[in-house]
Amino acid sequence: MSRQTSSLFSAALVGPALLGSIKKLDPRAMIRNPVMFVVEVVAALTTVLFIRDLATGGADLLFSGQIILWLWFTLIFANFAEALAEGRGKAQADSLRRTRTEMTAKRLTGQGRAFETVPGTSLKVGDVVLVEAGDLIPSDGEVIEGVASVNEAAITGESAPVIRESGGDRSAVTGGTQVLSDEIKVRITAAAGSTFVDRMIALVEGASRQKTPNEIALNILLAGLTLVFVFAVASIPSFASYAGGSIPVIVLVALFVTLIPTTIGALLSAIGIAGMDRLVRFNVLAMSGRAVEAAGDVDTLLLDKTGTITLGNRQATEFRPVRGVTEQDLADAAQLASLADETPEGRSIVVLAKEKYGIRARDMASLNATFVPFTAQSRMSGVDLQGTSIRKGAVDAVIASVSGQPVASRGSNVALAVRPEAETGVVGEIRAIAEEIAKAGGTPLAVAKDGRLLGVVYLKDIVKGGIRERFAELRQMGIRTVMITGDNPMTAAAIAAEAGVDDFLAQATPEDKLALIRKEQSQGKLVAMCGDGTNDAPALAQADVGVAMNTGTVAAREAGNMVDLDSDPTKLIEIVGIGKQLLMTRGALTTFSIANDVAKYFAIIPAMFLTLYPQLQALNVMHLASPQSAILSAIIFNALIIIALIPLALKGVAYRAVGAASLLRRNLLIYGLGGVLVPFAGIKAIDLAVSALHLA
Amino acid sequence: MTTNGWIQIALYCAVVLALVKPLGAYMTRVFTGERTFLSPVLAPIERGLYRVAGIDARQEQTWLAYAGGMIVFNLLGFVLLYAILRLQAALPYNPADQSAVAPDLAFNTATSFVTNTNWQSYGGETTLSYLSQMLGLTHQNFVSAASGIAVAVALIRGFARASTKTLGSFWVDMTRATLYVLLPVCIVFTLVLVSQGMPQTLGAYVDATTLEGAKQTIAVGPVASQVAIKMLGTNGGGFFNANAAHPFENPTALSNFLQMISIFVIGAALTNVFGRMVGDERQGWAILAAMGLLFVAGVAVTYWAEANATGVLSQLGLTGGNMEGKETRFGIAASALFAVITTAASCGAVNAMHDSFTALGGLIPLLNMQLGEVIIGGVGAGLYGMLIFVIVAIFVAGLMVGRTPEYLGKKIEAKEVKMAMLGILCLPLMMLGFTALATVVPAGLAGPANAGPHGFSEILYAYTSAAANNGSAFGGLTANTLFYNTTLAIGMLVGRFFVKIPVLAIAGSLAAKKTLPASAGTFPTHGGLFVGLLVGVVLIMGGLTFFPSLALGPIVEHFAGAAGQTFSTGG
Repeated sequence: MSRQTSSLFSAALVGPALLGSIKKLDPRAMIRNPVMFVVEVVAALTTVLFIRDLATGGADLLFSGQIILWLWFTLIFANFAEALAEGRGKAQADSLRRTRTEMTAKRLTGQGRAFETVPGTSLKVGDVVLVEAGDLIPSDGEVIEGVASVNEAAITGESAPVIRESGGDRSAVTGGTQVLSDEIKVRITAAAGSTFVDRMIALVEGASRQKTPNEIALNILLAGLTLVFVFAVASIPSFASYAGGSIPVIVLVALFVTLIPTTIGALLSAIGIAGMDRLVRFNVLAMSGRAVEAAGDVDTLLLDKTGTITLGNRQATEFRPVRGVTEQDLADAAQLASLADETPEGRSIVVLAKEKYGIRARDMASLNATFVPFTAQSRMSGVDLQGTSIRKGAVDAVIASVSGQPVASRGSNVALAVRPEAETGVVGEIRAIAEEIAKAGGTPLAVAKDGRLLGVVYLKDIVKGGIRERFAELRQMGIRTVMITGDNPMTAAAIAAEAGVDDFLAQATPEDKLALIRKEQSQGKLVAMCGDGTNDAPALAQADVGVAMNTGTVAAREAGNMVDLDSDPTKLIEIVGIGKQLLMTRGALTTFSIANDVAKYFAIIPAMFLTLYPQLQALNVMHLASPQSAILSAIIFNALIIIALIPLALKGVAYRAVGAASLLRRNLLIYGLGGVLVPFAGIKAIDLAVSALHLA
Repeated sequence: MTTNGWIQIALYCAVVLALVKPLGAYMTRVFTGERTFLSPVLAPIERGLYRVAGIDARQEQTWLAYAGGMIVFNLLGFVLLYAILRLQAALPYNPADQSAVAPDLAFNTATSFVTNTNWQSYGGETTLSYLSQMLGLTHQNFVSAASGIAVAVALIRGFARASTKTLGSFWVDMTRATLYVLLPVCIVFTLVLVSQGMPQTLGAYVDATTLEGAKQTIAVGPVASQVAIKMLGTNGGGFFNANAAHPFENPTALSNFLQMISIFVIGAALTNVFGRMVGDERQGWAILAAMGLLFVAGVAVTYWAEANATGVLSQLGLTGGNMEGKETRFGIAASALFAVITTAASCGAVNAMHDSFTALGGLIPLLNMQLGEVIIGGVGAGLYGMLIFVIVAIFVAGLMVGRTPEYLGKKIEAKEVKMAMLGILCLPLMMLGFTALATVVPAGLAGPANAGPHGFSEILYAYTSAAANNGSAFGGLTANTLFYNTTLAIGMLVGRFFVKIPVLAIAGSLAAKKTLPASAGTFPTHGGLFVGLLVGVVLIMGGLTFFPSLALGPIVEHFAGAAGQTFSTGG
């Protein structure tokens, strides 16, 4: 599913959508939408009356015929909006379906590599299959043995292969993806028909779409408003008879249909589908519309530090020598020690030494150097060359190696370690520098040459560019950000301050995460988080919006209510924006729809009652040409505005991260005041056209 | 329009505003069960009442039990009042020997007073005995008002509380509203009114011989005590048929001013109680501001319309505004102000004949009621009516900030919207539905005194007044008939209880929810933006529903009048 940017009204989409909008006239489908169902009922009734009049020869047939035609157009336009929204999802579903072509599976029959070839559809949960290089993975499952590179372009659109291996957090594989190298044994976790791809297809097609809580509430409001206008219009015939006249049914129907909130009624389901679709285009799959809505309501975002707030790796930013050693010397030694160090930290030291001190990379072989790799026991790495040994590593480990003492116990952190005795001289100085660095949120790396301490390399967690501004935006939206990290509180506090998050949870365990979510929720707040590991699953399930990384485990993917195919935890912020946009679009179009009624009244009421009370011509503020053209123009406007607003419904109202008050002021101005004014101009323009064409 | 007139209007607003805070603070103490300066006297009485009734004052009720209590209480009140009216001929305190009230009129009157409407199909001094007035009507004037306050307080608690099932006790709220709020103010107010020359006697009507030697019976009675609660409880049912236009029921300019104040004072102060109980007084002021804007606009239009002679009047050589149907003692400004106050506040007392107002001047009182009596409104009813509109406004506009709408930390969801729409729907159904019926059936068509749009307005006004529980009459309509008595009574019942019960359901649902802390993403509901939004929603919801009916009544009459056209009787 690649990120296509197809235009809204491309021919490939419009054709099937038009067909679909006719099919959707089926009353059994229409009844899901109370407002449009009512329109269909009155359209059908007036059509029957029209046919009767046609047979018996009634008056004003051209006028009634046009009104009825526009009533049906109103319905078709509403269906068109929905069909178009669904069509965009269908196109994506079709490309997904292609990956599900005839697949065979190599089901293991016992120990070893003995297997039988069976159709992919016959696999049951718990079966173990062998997947070799070039094979498609037959169904969703978990790697239980082996490592393989897998091409997941079929679902993520990303062609770079990813590694899938047994154990750990990268064990989930998805049916329909292809193993490129090596081979893995996969235990099947989803039966045919309920795999991840199946669910994706159902979701993007809207087949499993259910009304969300907010949609239900809005439908109640719209149904209520429709009823209000039933009363308002149904009482008119008796009022008219009191005034000594009568109003034709077709005119009453026209007034009724223009008054009830058809605009939002027509576009409501399209807005919902488009919201899901926006997420899909963003490579995020929401398992329900409810989850998208919840995203808009989120009060607290839990963000993992690594990968979300900071770049994945720490980088060297500074060389801090002890007295008597120049920065240049320290840089030189550190660079030598890191030349063969392929870790990102090691490489960053080489880069810094070159950038800051112009020390160029040297060839290990020509130096006749041997690399001493990092081990969990020594907690140091370095080089030995021509009788010189350089070591860099955890501060206490390096100090211990220099002073000949045994290495301090693992895990003690330099910043927190209690000093055994008052150290003097170089050791004391090194410790002081290290503590300072730790306090600032960095990681100190001591460097020693031939048993002499030279200084400390300052490794820093690099906060992602622009992230601070993002958090400021979130704060303006009223969302609190909490950074989750395994770091100690001091380091965490420093990074939290630099990144501008509102709070942090240091030395976090999965249990801590879960407890934090529960605490926030007990205050009535909605919490969003993302996670990938199996140990994240309880928290993902507890969170109101749990975004599982596609690279994550099966357990995590099952627990979350969204899956991010790109496995980019930063996306959580955009997901919230999309949720908000969905709700805003609904609110904006509802307001617009209701505000439209003012102008429609001024078009229809004077026209309608003109025969009873000519004085009401004074209310014809738009100076519409004739009563019939006024009514016709109003009903045409009512139908056309649906088409005009389809792009807005599908794209969503522009969202800016500003406070609620200014957002509301802006939207009220555009959709409230605009909703009052636009139809005056629109109806007048249509009236000019209608009278110029002599339609009424 | 005169400067004097505007000063009267401004002074009125200032005095009401000045009373909001002190009375609001006092009522908050009353309904949160704290001690007040009246407690030393009233607390023993209160405890005694509970003991007699077997009520445990600490026993709180769920919304269903609260609603159940309210319904049972009102039902029994109805039965008692109906019995008194039917049996008044046999009961004491009947010096004028009034006969039993007819069944349909008794049904209408009992409904009218139990629903705090005080629509009067009867003429007070020609129909009712002193006992009927005092034990029957005045009693309901108190308790129907108290029951409105109780429901409003329950709704406030719904917003103020979190994660609880109970809303307080209906019995306690009723008792406290009557004992601590209505009674003490009424006692003082009655004495002030008596000082202005209002009769307060149980003696018989006075026979007088006029200068020409004619015999005249002057009706008197326990007027002042009933007038006090009629205004304070936004009841509006006059002792005399002419209501507050009658010299004995409104003797002086001061009594007129004080009566106007007393109509608004509790309703306005309840917005402050709301603010205090939800922990942010500004929320109350915002609601009051929305009410105030609608009110001042209404007064300005009515005053302007009445002060400027219409085309027809000036053709007749009349200048200086429309004085038809107005007491010269009060003049145009005080009459226009009174008309807007009484219809905004669901009171229904009148000091001028609204029927004689100009088309536009009469449109505002009509519109005030059609908007659902939310501009200050009936005591309690105005606040909960306005809060229904708040729910709708917040729901639609709140979505536009990109969150599930919330008000005061409470999420507005399907259940609240459903109940709010139910409360909103029943008013147009009653107002428009019965008007539609009355304009086609002969029994209905027999009612209006005028032809054309004005006659239509008379019918529309009657049903609007009934369903909105206002009770003021446009005049001109012969309403004491089986048809009107029955249909108006149904309108009053639906307009009262089909709003109150959904309101309590909303309160119950809100109380059970958690209260979310406000954040920058929450749409602030104490500023000008919210006030403007609320005013807009009230006007659009009300205006859109009633535009066709208004067009056929006052609006067409206005344009016709401006063109010098009139509609003859019997047409």
